[in-house]
Amino acid sequence: MIKYIIRRLIGLIPLLLGITVITFAVIHLAPGSPTDLEEQFNPKVSLEVRQRIAHLYGLDKPLHVQYTDWLGRLLRLDFGISFVDSRPVIEKIGERIPITLGINLASIILILLIGIPIGVSSAVKEGAFYDRFMTVFVFIGFAMPTFWLSLILMDLIGVRWGLLPISGIKSLEFDKFSFFEKIIDIARHLTLPIFVSAFGGLAGISRYMRSNMVHVLKQDYIRTARAKGLKEKDVIYKHALKNALLPVVTILGLSIPGLIGGSVIFESIFSIPGMGRLFYESVMARDYPVIMGGLVITAILTLLGNLLADVSYAAVDPRIKLE
Amino acid sequence: MKIIKTIKAVFRKAVFLFVPLLLLAAGPHYGDAIVVGSIGEPRSLVPILASDSASGAICGLVFNGLIKYDKDLNLVGDLAETWEVSEDGLEITFYLRKGVKWHDGKPFTSKDVEFTYKSLIDPNVRTAYAGDFQMVERLEIIDDYTLKVFYKEPFSPGLSSWGMNMMPKHLLEGEDLNTTGFNRSPIGTGPYKFEVWKTGEKVELLSNHDYFEGRPCIDRYIYRIIPDQATLFLELRAEGVDYISLTPLQFKRQTESRFFKDNFQKFNFPSFGYTYLGYNLKDPKFRDIKVRQAINYAVNKEEIIRGVLLGMGRVSTGPFIPESWAYNNEVRAAEYDPGKARLLLKEAGWSDTDGDGILEKTGVKFSFTIITNLGNNQRKLTAEILQKRLKEVGIDVKIKIIEWSTFVSEFIDKRRFDAVLLGWGLSLEPDMYDIWYSAKTKEGEFNFVGYSNQEVDKLLLEGRRTFAQEERAGIYRRIHEILYEEQPYLFLYVPDALPIIHGRFKGIEVGPGGIGHNFIKWHVPEGEQRYTR
Repeated sequence: MIKYIIRRLIGLIPLLLGITVITFAVIHLAPGSPTDLEEQFNPKVSLEVRQRIAHLYGLDKPLHVQYTDWLGRLLRLDFGISFVDSRPVIEKIGERIPITLGINLASIILILLIGIPIGVSSAVKEGAFYDRFMTVFVFIGFAMPTFWLSLILMDLIGVRWGLLPISGIKSLEFDKFSFFEKIIDIARHLTLPIFVSAFGGLAGISRYMRSNMVHVLKQDYIRTARAKGLKEKDVIYKHALKNALLPVVTILGLSIPGLIGGSVIFESIFSIPGMGRLFYESVMARDYPVIMGGLVITAILTLLGNLLADVSYAAVDPRIKLE
Repeated sequence: MKIIKTIKAVFRKAVFLFVPLLLLAAGPHYGDAIVVGSIGEPRSLVPILASDSASGAICGLVFNGLIKYDKDLNLVGDLAETWEVSEDGLEITFYLRKGVKWHDGKPFTSKDVEFTYKSLIDPNVRTAYAGDFQMVERLEIIDDYTLKVFYKEPFSPGLSSWGMNMMPKHLLEGEDLNTTGFNRSPIGTGPYKFEVWKTGEKVELLSNHDYFEGRPCIDRYIYRIIPDQATLFLELRAEGVDYISLTPLQFKRQTESRFFKDNFQKFNFPSFGYTYLGYNLKDPKFRDIKVRQAINYAVNKEEIIRGVLLGMGRVSTGPFIPESWAYNNEVRAAEYDPGKARLLLKEAGWSDTDGDGILEKTGVKFSFTIITNLGNNQRKLTAEILQKRLKEVGIDVKIKIIEWSTFVSEFIDKRRFDAVLLGWGLSLEPDMYDIWYSAKTKEGEFNFVGYSNQEVDKLLLEGRRTFAQEERAGIYRRIHEILYEEQPYLFLYVPDALPIIHGRFKGIEVGPGGIGHNFIKWHVPEGEQRYTR
């Protein structure tokens, strides 16, 4: 097993290099430059000045030199400095990861807590009204545009009823709150965003769960379990559920990179300073160091997620052996 | 006797009641916070690196320049008490205000001015504002509160460039300005002191009680970053923000309810910018002045203002701020007159010979593409109205919308366009050398339409050499006149700025330049303050 993991890890290196070469090329080949500044021309910013700034960013060097410079710094774990506000890239990404990660984790946990029971119960009542109702329900969540649902809820719950704050993750007076008030405050701010993102994600897990369960419930060993007189509850939750959960482990492994990748629309609407917005704004501003830093981190997490999915699958399913 | 006593008692009571009331009415009300909502996050609070509007807004409260524009758009002293321009226009002497302190308590002196100037011209600093300061030959410190600036040649726009926010030498000397921690914890001389910046959330400032123009009435200034227009408006509705800029639609349709009338105050005044259609003058179609004039007659600007801005704007006839002294009020906007447009086009040799509704000349159809940038709905709608009106006089227009960065580098800089729909943001300094001078047409320069007129060139240079405002006014008004006559741009409109501010803020004064000029005097009466914790 350890040997396998080491071999896989070594295999990741050329893959990562390949990813960085391609993304670097694509980003730099995209027209535009960080010196285009804002969405308005300013007649006071002359051509000489723009060229001077490009030179200071090293953008006048040939592309392969820029790439090797960047790679050299990366090997020393230096992600560079953002073109937009001159802060270290790692700092910019570092302050946003916990927020995005926290929200995504909370939403995944919520999805699992609700999605798995929905999937299991639907499978048990396959074809009944309940099953069909749940199918429609989770697909409504899946199909509903996030921005629309968010705005409706914000208007209703935030503006009209005044129950929850509308946007942001903290109140303006946050620093003056006591510890307990702080927790309540963050929870109140995150209720809507987490609800919205979980509602959209229910369909995936619950449908997987349902189809796995339906499949498992038709297996011989389930019939055996029932035949030997086990209670239906034991049959479903002990014998069937354990086996039906196996593929979900894979899905969880694959969702690791998604945990730090935020959604632009969602984060903008709730004004959450997360990864999605950072990444989008960086692309729009052609902030190459931040784009590359974000991509490298996401690529590493994706590859590690895949590895983790494989390993954990082997760990929970004795039929699978890693060589 | 009894009566007298009663009168005395009443009088005493009255005094007791009245005096505090009078004090309340006369004295300033300190306290409360103003929460400004904006979609943009500041980039850098090092003033010479702040090139975006969010950074500019915050730097404007934390720092001061040597001079500034007052309510009536005249240059007045800020950190400089007065200044003198020598007879030949080559020297400006600034007499600095004494007793001004940085927020950390150190005195502000001419050394700080020198330091700011040196940083501006330092080739290793990524400032966008070096241009005007490269005209300076040298800067000489006379004493702590007097300094002289020498120019290589008379350069009148240079004066207003000293409105640049000054930076503290004692904190920044030896630092790399591009990466210094100062860009997220600035120290200035301004009415507000920097408190905290939470990325993606807010920037908070506290009032500077020792400010040289007096303590600002509002204690805290909170700049909230809310990147979505719809959310921003919902926050306003829930009174989570006090001050935002409205879109024309929000101004006219969504804030007319009882709730908004009772709780908010709205303002509208011309913004510092205009929208235009710029022609590529290399294109043989547009080289003919008659064609450009014809398009001017064929387009109904009032209709665009009604349709796109819901009336919240005014027709523009030239490249200056309508309220500024450079603007020529005698230039009359051409009437909407499609008949005259057709006539002019005919005179220029364009006629519809094959009867398909589109004009031709020597077998070539009059068809061109308007390009504009993605994400600006007003420009998109404007382009559509232009398309419709030009179709009526036989010109076929296509519209192409392109993402900003690509738009600039691939189309504008390389001059690969027929006509471009864009806006210029303006400052009060009317010098337009970079936009209209005939030699400013290299890749990346701003005369991308390729305009060339000897008289305008001469006037532009003259305008830069002249200091007397009346003389300059004559020069720029003449430029205005020529540009409207020759139509290198189809000048369209100056949109209004549409701020909305919570009703509890009193003392807001609208001047020709807007409402920001007396911000430190805005206040909230004691009973209405909301943020008191």
